[in-house]
Amino acid sequence: MSISKQDVKYIAALARIDVPEAQLDAMTKSLSDVVQYVETLQKLDVSNVKPTSHAVPVGNVWRQDQVKTSLTNQEALAIAVEAKEGSFKVPLVIE
Amino acid sequence: MSQFETVIGLEVHLQLSTKTKIFCSCANVFGCPPNTNVCPVCLGLPGTLPVLNHQALLSGIKVGLALNAQINEFIKFDRKNYYYPDLPKGYQISQFDFPVAKDGFLNIKTGNAEKRIGIKRAHLEEDAGKLVHDASGSCSLVDYNRTGTPLIEIVTEADMRSPQEAYDYLNTLKLTLQYLGVSDCDMEKGSLRCDANVSIRPIGQKELGTKTELKNINSFKAVKTALEYEVRRHEQVILAGGKVVQETLLWNDEKAITITMRSKEQAHDYRYFPDPDLVPFTIDYKVIDSVRAELPELPQAKFQRFLSQYGLSDYDANILVADAAMSHFFEEAAKEYPQAKKIANWMGGPVLMELNHRKLALNELKLTPKSLVALIAKVEEGVVSNLAGKEVLTMMLDEGKSAEQIIQEKGLAQVSDDSALIAIIDEVIAQNAAVVEQIKSGKPAAAGFLVGQAMKKSGGKANPKKLNELITRRISGA
Amino acid sequence: MSLYQLTSHALLDLIKSRQVGARDAYIAVQERIKAVDPKVKAYVRMATVQPDFTGALPVPIAIKDNLCTKQEEITCSSRILKGFRSPYDAGVIERVKQSGGTILGIVNMDEFAFGSSCETSCYGPTFNPWNLQCVPGGSSGGSAASVAADEAMWALGSDTGGSIRQPAAFCGIVGLKPTYGRVSRYGLIAFASSLDQIGPLTKDVHDCALLMNIISGYDERDSTSVNEPVPDYTKALVNDVKGLRIGIPKEAFVDGLDPEVRKSVEDALELYKKLGATIKEVSLPHTPYAVATYYIVATAEASSNLARFDGVRFGARKQPTQVRKNALVDMYEETRSQGFGDEAKRRIMLGTYALSSGYYDAYYLRGQKVRTLIKNDLDEVFKDCDCVLTPTSPTVAFKVGEKVSDPLSMYLSDIYTIPANLAGIPAISIPCGFSKSGLPIGMQLMGKAFDEEMLLRVSYTYEQNTEWHLKKPNL
Repeated sequence: MSISKQDVKYIAALARIDVPEAQLDAMTKSLSDVVQYVETLQKLDVSNVKPTSHAVPVGNVWRQDQVKTSLTNQEALAIAVEAKEGSFKVPLVIE
Repeated sequence: MSQFETVIGLEVHLQLSTKTKIFCSCANVFGCPPNTNVCPVCLGLPGTLPVLNHQALLSGIKVGLALNAQINEFIKFDRKNYYYPDLPKGYQISQFDFPVAKDGFLNIKTGNAEKRIGIKRAHLEEDAGKLVHDASGSCSLVDYNRTGTPLIEIVTEADMRSPQEAYDYLNTLKLTLQYLGVSDCDMEKGSLRCDANVSIRPIGQKELGTKTELKNINSFKAVKTALEYEVRRHEQVILAGGKVVQETLLWNDEKAITITMRSKEQAHDYRYFPDPDLVPFTIDYKVIDSVRAELPELPQAKFQRFLSQYGLSDYDANILVADAAMSHFFEEAAKEYPQAKKIANWMGGPVLMELNHRKLALNELKLTPKSLVALIAKVEEGVVSNLAGKEVLTMMLDEGKSAEQIIQEKGLAQVSDDSALIAIIDEVIAQNAAVVEQIKSGKPAAAGFLVGQAMKKSGGKANPKKLNELITRRISGA
Repeated sequence: MSLYQLTSHALLDLIKSRQVGARDAYIAVQERIKAVDPKVKAYVRMATVQPDFTGALPVPIAIKDNLCTKQEEITCSSRILKGFRSPYDAGVIERVKQSGGTILGIVNMDEFAFGSSCETSCYGPTFNPWNLQCVPGGSSGGSAASVAADEAMWALGSDTGGSIRQPAAFCGIVGLKPTYGRVSRYGLIAFASSLDQIGPLTKDVHDCALLMNIISGYDERDSTSVNEPVPDYTKALVNDVKGLRIGIPKEAFVDGLDPEVRKSVEDALELYKKLGATIKEVSLPHTPYAVATYYIVATAEASSNLARFDGVRFGARKQPTQVRKNALVDMYEETRSQGFGDEAKRRIMLGTYALSSGYYDAYYLRGQKVRTLIKNDLDEVFKDCDCVLTPTSPTVAFKVGEKVSDPLSMYLSDIYTIPANLAGIPAISIPCGFSKSGLPIGMQLMGKAFDEEMLLRVSYTYEQNTEWHLKKPNL
């Protein structure tokens, strides 16, 4: 099982990363190598095994419904790349 | 008659009215200036982590129970990954395969029948922010105040067979959820959003037709209109020999049509996986039982009880049940006054008119159950006529005074005292001999004219019932 | 001995007895940084805020570039976060500040912690103080190098697959990855949320216990933080292993294990035997699958965690000069393509693939199941062992540039460290020798969940009976 160039293009679009034609082969090869390596996992019988999402058995963690102070508008926008009228500014979004 | 059967499913997103957002402690409020109700967590800043709002979980369980659904013993949260500027983390925390509730139903009244609409599932998730196009038209602006608002998404089975049923379902759902107190269910404020899935198939066919998804619908009425339009559109396509394209369409209310979304990325690969930053939750049956025990009486049950306990008509019961505040007010009033039907009449009649006229909510009126009951008593006792009573109500609401006060101040008390009335009656009888003759010769209804005359002479203050009684007695020989 | 060469516990003793002032120590380390960092390049930026020297434990500390610290630029050694200043302090930073810690500056790392050599940093590599031609290890390469070079009394790093332990081994110092949930992750810029832990890099085991006391503890802002009481870890510093059972997995002696590393580890086992511990041969049969499991699970989580770096709200935004798809998508793609380095892109792509439609079951789900098998192996072994010993890394520090073009070979160097992250258990690396070429060798001890005390005891005993930890590089 290895990754095709087509797969790489699809994944790149999903990940919002531009892989120019010139780099496509190299990226495909690197990814293919790793995917081939991880194929070893297919050898194992995991039919009766439960997946581990959390290493430590903790559950039911929640907090009380109490308001705490938020950031001021100034603090929030201090990190902004571009801001306008109290909002974060981005290129025009077409639906 | 159409040769096609319509199949409709609805997805409703509801904002829960908890005090704080679902995964952070920012206030859960509407209408703040942009980006003034945000924190590092809901802004998705690097290094931040979500912590579940316990109240949101309880609200989720409440909704599940109210929808007769099974509450999952084990639930978890999953990440739904996609890119959009109003989604700060680049993923939405939602629930994929272990939602709070599943396999429920809602009984609705549609036309004259009752129908059961299956609820496939209800799950918790966080809301995104708001994206607006800047006035200059050259950029967009993002406000993250809404990010992290707790949402519950309720998905029905494809059980509705007409746009009307969809409309009825939405109204019943809204009423039920308002009763629960978990959301204000206001489509205008955006606390309730609805997407519709619709397909058609030849009558008798088991296989479903291709469905389209409708978004951007801003009122229940528009849901009905949009679905009616879309059903017609599907029919036209099929009858012309074509195939319906499975796609997402936006409803354009102005033009009253559905339009294809410009972005071609219709099918998203959301790459759902369990959110490692949140732990799994086990919902103990004791918790479910305690939430169930605290559920308020829901609209359908209340309706039945109003019929049996107070002897109300369907019509009156419906009006009262249609608003949680109205039904509560009614019951408080009924505690003070035995004639429940009269209370219902007043509430469904004059009170409702005042509410509509003043565009206020019941709790904003200068009226209490006790003060309404006092007014009704005055009318029933004959202190004021029914008509005058309505005017008294208006004045009570204007001035915030009691019925007693208004009646006294404006001197509205009817004259019911026999002796005072007899004088007037005798005058009227004397002045209208011809009419008296008519009454004597078998036209008792003509007494109405005499009542009218007596009312005029009394300056509108006589108790018409009394007048009628006395006139009849006088004429028949007393 | 110069002030900057002291361990933190020695410094604190001197401060307590008023022989040295906190400010003097800080300045001494600053001078040391000026003198040697041009060669080592551990630091990416110095602290802009003058510390307060009046706290209880005013130890000069270096902070890894992925721990949010107010008023300091924090970038995960990536171009994409250029200029980012967090409006909040990470939980551990709050604790360090509360304890009186004096922050020297921010140290280098592999970009977003993706790496085992500190070579993927956008600032260029950090160099191993023992041999400047070699890597310090990664991803907490700057943290390890700074401590080894006495450019910090101690440092904080993070460990997802070995990123504290491996650089500690390469640099001849002590590095501990705590039990998952022991230390708050709030404010740690996430790589793989179910594997990441923040931990100490120190000159000796005593310092490790001290820093663990400071950073450990429940944090309600982290749902995965465990509400388990924090013991005084210095009480575990006992020079005695009599009767303790140390497991050595037979899978530890793999092909590719450097013979010098093997010898050092075997010598350590002999020493433990002499000191009264029982050595047991055990088996962790799923060890060969650990690296593959890690590279699926960790990259999958990372691909999602790094989605927020999109140029919308913070960091460095880029826009191509000509429209390709549309302005918004172009911004996302240009920002991320220019902002992320090659290894970051590779891992994001790999992770995206592992989660994508049609592949989730075969990769991510399967990975999580194999993770269970690996965890079960360790649980089984800990029924009869108090700790498990392995080499930390199959080799000593390799040369800069040696493995960069072969990602897979780089990944395989994490073979010993990865299982502890997958299982969520604590693990420590301590120096146990030197290669003939003068490069440090480290050995790893793994323990049961929340049993850091056992690790500290077994490490401390070894340290008290050897002198590796007293050696300093020749800078």
